[in-house]
This record gives sequence, C-alpha cells and structure tokens, in this order.
Amino acid sequence: MKASKEITTRFAITLLTLLLYAQAVEAHVHKGEAVSFLSGLKHPISGLDHVVAMIAVGLWGAQLGAPAIWVLPVAFPMVMAFGGMLGLLGVPLPGMEIGIAASAILLGAAVMMELRPPIALAATLVGFFAIFHGYAHGSELPPGESGLLYSLGFVMATGCLHAVGISIGLVHRWNWGQRWLRVAGAAITLAGIFFMWKVFA
Amino acid sequence: MTRSSRHRLAITFAAALLFLLLPLRAEAHLPTIGLGPVYDGIFHLLLSPEDLIPVIALALFAGQRGTGSSRRVLWILPVAWFAGGLTGMFIATPRASALTCLSFLLVGGLIAANAKLSLPLTTALAAILGFFHGCLNGSGINRFNDGAYFLLGLALSVFVVVALFTSFVIPLRRQWTLIVVRVAGSWVAASGLLMLGWALR
Repeated sequence: MKASKEITTRFAITLLTLLLYAQAVEAHVHKGEAVSFLSGLKHPISGLDHVVAMIAVGLWGAQLGAPAIWVLPVAFPMVMAFGGMLGLLGVPLPGMEIGIAASAILLGAAVMMELRPPIALAATLVGFFAIFHGYAHGSELPPGESGLLYSLGFVMATGCLHAVGISIGLVHRWNWGQRWLRVAGAAITLAGIFFMWKVFA
Repeated sequence: MTRSSRHRLAITFAAALLFLLLPLRAEAHLPTIGLGPVYDGIFHLLLSPEDLIPVIALALFAGQRGTGSSRRVLWILPVAWFAGGLTGMFIATPRASALTCLSFLLVGGLIAANAKLSLPLTTALAAILGFFHGCLNGSGINRFNDGAYFLLGLALSVFVVVALFTSFVIPLRRQWTLIVVRVAGSWVAASGLLMLGWALR
C-alpha cells in the first residue's frame, strides 16, 4: 500500500511537471482554423427549432427500440449532410422554414402518440425532414472557415443532440417514463406550432 | 511513508521545481524552424484532419471486419502511403479536395453500412486510399531534399494510428458499442458530403 502511494505521488508530480512545462507558443494559426470546429459545434445548438427536432428524433428512436434506435441516428447525419450540400451548392429548396417547423410538429406528435410505423417509413420521414435541417445549416455556413473542421463540429453536435434524445428516451422502460415522454412529445409539437406561426407571422 | 521515501519524494519534487523554473526560449514560429523531417511527418498526420480522419476511418472499418483485415491494413496502408508519397514527390498532383471528400464518403459509408467487404477488397481499398493520400502529401513536399524522411515519419504515424484504432474496435462485442462505431462512420461520411458541397461551391 505504501509503495503504491509512493508510486501515485511520483506519478502526480511527473504529470504536474509535464502539465506546467513551458511549451512553445504557436500564436499564428491559419485564418478560421482555430474557431471552425467550435463554430461548427455551436451552429446546430444555436437554434431551438433544430434542437427540439434533433432531440425528438432521439426520443422517437428510443420509443421504437431496435433497430430504429440506431438506424435513425446513423441515417440522419448522412441525409442531413446531403441537404447541407444542396444548401452549399445553392440548389433552391422552397419552404425550408416550413419544413423545419413541420418536422418539430410531426416528430413531436409521433413521440406524443407513440406511433409505431414500419422502420422504412420512420426512416423516410426522418430523412425527409433531415434534408430541410441540413439545407438550412448548409445555406448559413459562414465563409472563411475551415470546411472540414466546421463540418465535423456540425455533424458531431447533431449526433450529440440525438444521443441526448436517446438517453432521455431510455426512461421509456418505466410506466412513468412513457407518460413523461408523451408529455415531452406534446411540448415539442407545441414548439413546432410556435415555429410555424413565426414563419407565417 | 518512511523517512527515506519522504526524502526521495522531496528530492523529486525539488528536481521537478528546478526543471519548471528552467528558462526556455519561446519558439513561436514552428512552421519556419520545423521539428526535423521525421517528426514533421509524424505531426503532419496528427495535425491534418483531412489525412488523419480517413486513416482512423479505415482502421475502424478494418476493426469491424476482424483481425485478418486489420493485420492487412496495418501493413498495407503505411506502405502504400509511403509509396504514394514518393510518387507524388516526382509528379505534379493537383490539390484534389473534392477527391479527398470522396475518401471520407466511401470509408465512412462502408463503416455506417457495416459492409462485409472481402479481405482482397479491403486490401485494395487500403492500398488505393494510402497511395492517393500519400500522393497528395508527396506533391506538397517535393521541394525539400529530405522528403523521404518526412514520408517515413508519416508512414510510421499511420501505422501507429491504425494499430491503436483497430485494437480498440476488434474486441468490441456489445451491440451498442458496435453501433457507436457505425455512428462514427456515418459522421465521417456526413462530413465528407458537406466538404464535397464546400469544395464544389
């Protein structure tokens, strides 16, 4: 025990030394590279309409169980990125904001009513809405960023939002959890109605 | 803790403190002084996500396919990278960012789909991917006399990265851990799609 304590203390001192060791300063990073990953990471969580829809996908996946619980988070980023590519290329997509608001309404309703369509239909519905979300992100990407780092941050943040939804959705195994998930679905639908009202207001 | 071990710890602590107080010159401009060709090659991979991510992705894919594919990729990828780099040093290769995106898309898509690629096809994929990325790297270093050492460092770090990630994926057995690998693949593919849009913009 004494020996292991001593080893731990020595290890801590070495670690502290390495951490405090004076490193060379790399002050001149390329333009945009230092912030690109973080700004990509921040982009999907900067709009409530995107956040609620992504979480709804996770909640619905958790309600549906396997294989939807993993098919949706695997498929969504790729379809969303396809939408993002359309946005980057400037391909016109009418009704983008309506599509985003409708995604919150319908995905929220699916969670609220605990709908259980065939997996192909659920994936198609989620993929359809993913195009609108991706397009919105793609058309808003700021110039002067590192494309790769921004894209990585952006996709990872979206994936993490799904993971949050799935993690919350795991309460579905309990009766009280099922009721609260339905309440959460209703709240998402209401938020979607608010976003739709804002589109037409 | 005995008196002698306390004494030894005090000496270690004092040595660490002296080491920290040692004045060092701030070398802020590493791009101009470099770290030597081998270390430059090693750090090039670790600091270039456009090269690092395809290597990690291919390692994840090889890990999904098992020990045989992993062993093959472990040796083929660094060798192909080195060969491609040497080739690239002598031929003018354009900076094909759209083609780089395709490697993200292809390998990420294969991971997400958990594609059952045969061993010869996986080997061919590693050879083509390594040669292509090596060529791009090589064309950027043809002005330097010690390019081969740079490529050696690069190939060594490719070897280490592949070894680390394949050994991480191969023992995975639980369903959710395998899904996490597939989700990571979908993120790589999604980033590739976004980068493609960025490149064609």
